[in-house]
Formats: sequence, C-alpha cells, structure tokens
Amino acid sequence: MSFATARGHRLAVFALAFSGGFVIMSLELLGGRILAPWFGGSIYVWGSIITVFMLSLAAGYYLGGWLSLRSPSLGRLGGLLVIGAAVLYPATMLAESLMSWVFTRVEDPRYGSLLASLALFVAPTVLLGAISPYSVRLLVRRQEESGKVAGTLYFFSTLGSAFGTLATSFYFVLWFEINTIVSALSGALLVLGALAMAAGALRRV
Amino acid sequence: MFDRVRFLFAATAVAIAAHGSADFEVLHREKSLYQTLLITREPSRLCLRFALRDAMRNQSCVDPEDPRRMVLPYARMMMATLLLDPSPKRMLVVGLGGGTLPTAFARLLPKVEVDVVEIDPAVVAAARQYFGFDATDRLRVHVSDARVFVKRALASSGRRYDAILLDAYGGDYIPEHLMTVEFLREVRGLLAPSGVLAANTFATSRLYDHESQTYREAFGEFFNFKTPASGNRIVLARLGALPAANLLRDRAGRWEARLRPYGVPIRTYPARMSLKADWDVSKRALTDQYSPANLLRTE
Repeated sequence: MSFATARGHRLAVFALAFSGGFVIMSLELLGGRILAPWFGGSIYVWGSIITVFMLSLAAGYYLGGWLSLRSPSLGRLGGLLVIGAAVLYPATMLAESLMSWVFTRVEDPRYGSLLASLALFVAPTVLLGAISPYSVRLLVRRQEESGKVAGTLYFFSTLGSAFGTLATSFYFVLWFEINTIVSALSGALLVLGALAMAAGALRRV
Repeated sequence: MFDRVRFLFAATAVAIAAHGSADFEVLHREKSLYQTLLITREPSRLCLRFALRDAMRNQSCVDPEDPRRMVLPYARMMMATLLLDPSPKRMLVVGLGGGTLPTAFARLLPKVEVDVVEIDPAVVAAARQYFGFDATDRLRVHVSDARVFVKRALASSGRRYDAILLDAYGGDYIPEHLMTVEFLREVRGLLAPSGVLAANTFATSRLYDHESQTYREAFGEFFNFKTPASGNRIVLARLGALPAANLLRDRAGRWEARLRPYGVPIRTYPARMSLKADWDVSKRALTDQYSPANLLRTE
C-alpha cells in the first residue's frame, strides 16, 4: 500500500470518528424533543436521556474494543456505521407508537422517559460508541504512538460532538423537522459507512 | 409580611443596580428546579417574577390593599373567557403563577370546579405563602408537566372541561412542547362540547405569526384579543361557532358589575375581539416535529 493511500485511510477513519461524535450529540439533543410530548421537558427527562446515552456509550466502547480483536479493517468499521444507520432510521417511524405504549403502561414520567430512551436510543448509540476504540486499533502501528493516536481520535470524535450539538440546537431545529434531521443523520452514516466499506474492499484487492 | 425581609437592604440595592430606576424590593429569591422565582414588593403591589429584567412580561401581581383587583392587564383580559361561556362548571388552568386567575374564577362562579396544573412546586408554595392562594376541594392544584397531565386526562378519565385557560408561557423560556398543534389538539380533546379555550400568548416577534397559525390549525377561527394596555394577545376559541357580537355585548353587560371589584373593564372587550388574521398566514404552524419557539422569539 502506498503512503498516500495510508494517509487517505487515516483521514477516512478520523472523518468517521468525527461523524460518529456529531450524530451522537445531535441525536441526544433531539431526544429531548422527541420525548417531551409524552413525558414533558423536566430535568428528569434529560436525566433519562443522558443516562441512556452514557450507558450506551460505555457498552459501545466495550463492544468496539472487543470487535477490534477480530480481524479489524476499515471496511468493517464502515459496516458498523451502516448498521448504525439502519437501526437509527426506524426510530423516526416507531417513536410515536413506542412512546404511546410506554405512556399507557408507566405512570411515572421519570421511568417512562427512561424506558422510552432505552428503547429508542440504545442500539444506534452503542454502535456509534464502538467507532473510537475500533479506530484506535486500525490506526496504531507502534506501541509508542498509541497514546497519540487515541488522543487524536478523541479530538476528532469530540469535535464532531461539539459541532453536532451546536448545529442541531442553533440551526437544524429552526430549519427542519425532527424526523428530517434524524433521517439525514441516518443517511449520512449510511453514505460514509458505504464509502468506507468500498475503500476497505479496494484496499484488499 | 415584613418580618420576611431579612436581606432587604442588600437585595434592594442589587435590584436598583440591575434596573436603574427600579423601585422594588426583593422579598424572596429562590432558584427552583425550573426557574428563578422572585417575590418583589413594588408601590401598591406584590409580584411574583421569573426574572428581574423584562419586568412587564414575567409576572403575576396582587395589590395587598385590594387583593381582588387584578393588577396586570393580561389577567383582566383572560376574564373575557366569560364572554364565550358565562357559566363554566369545570375549568382547567395551565400555569398557576400567583393564582390570580383560578382564584378569581372560583370566587366569581360559586359552583365551578377548577383544576390547576403547575409544573413547579416552588410556584405553588410561593402562591400560598405570599399571594394567599388557597387550594380547596373545588380548586385543586396538580404539580405536573401540562403536556403529561393533558395526555393522562385524555387517556384515563371522562373528565372534560367547559373552559381551559393556557397561561404557561410567561417566563423567559417558552416550554416548546406546550406550543404545538398536537398539544392544542390534545387540549381541544379535553374540552366539553361548546368548550372554550383562552390562551395568553406573545404579541410580538416572529413567533406571533407562527403561534397564530398554530392556534388557527388546532381551533380554526378564533377571537384575537388585544388591548393597548397590554403587550400580550389573548386567543379566545370555542368548540362550535363563536358567539355573535351582540351576544358578547349582552354578556359583557351582565358581567360588568360583578367584575368591577376585579378592575376588569369587560364592557370594552367585545369591540377589541377581532376575527381578522393580522399576522402572516403563510408562516408554518408549530408542531411536535417543528417547534423552535424560543429561537423564533429571539429573531
């Protein structure tokens, strides 16, 4: 593999980490909007959402580490994003009926919002959380550089989160409907994941 | 009341510093889960505020010398509910504030049952302590998010209301899930046949167009009620046809004397209740999918 290709792949991995971070925070912010019509906008609704995202990210980091031991590749990282996109998209269509189901069964809006958050946000967030640790494995060549690689990945992923938060709360909600934003996030993950899979396949040839 | 004034001097100094010429004393200041509450004493009135600045909007006030008199123009305007239904039996009030509105309706209508939904327990405590608000078996307070309360009421009980008052948009922050077509349709679903809706809303900024369209979409035609004394606009809607002008004047005439102690010039109201859409009807209604009310208000 040429130096240029290696450099291209590094940038691709950073771009995926950035996108993962972007989508996670955008989704987290929209989560408040999605739950409010059923469970209100109180602090405990945000508590439910943040708890679920933190739990999912914890599980995602663990999953990413575990997957990185099994023949890691850029193509497989792309696959992770594609699956993430696939589990994110149905949230737009299922959210209402799911929240209605929870609402009629759980009286207390604290536990109602917690349960609904679990059902809606765990799957995509776990998959997106797996990106960073998996990417560390793809980029580390030598033990001495592992800290540098991990730091750079956190840099891009957290930068993505910052932009995702700002763009969503300042502009997206003013310009678009919630479902449009979630669909676009899902579409972006799908395209990026597919590109990474294609790049990974080319690399093997 | 004055024994509560422990750090009165310092608080007054702060208020004046922040406000320039303000002449009010902060009797009580509290950070609740949802907002900062201030109880202020001003010349001839005691107010519950949700912010020191923007003083006209964020408050609920009483005159301690004459507690029945409704101090704020918007509160008086909300009494126009009685022109659409002169004798509601069951009422729902969303947003307690100092309790001015539910208390007035409970006094004026000896048989009415009033449910009040207030999200902030600190507001309920302040209304009791400083404004003499007194819950009874026909004036009940529910501490809950209004959206959750309304959805539960729709789902679980057969209770329907002859009049619903929305007064939850007073603070610096608008609860955006309470300003959507879906929420208003749920509210509409809680109305009894011929039930009446009165909503205290914003009259300025880009939000006015969007908010008006939102009410239009959920309720159809409504009375747009504004007075020169107030920066607020009251939306008055009804299930079924709106009363004709002569009926409004007739009812105003019958209520006039009883509303006089409250300072409500109800005779002047019918002429100011307009059916004309004085907003940009091309603007989109706010929905659960699209509800940037706070952003629209700042632009």
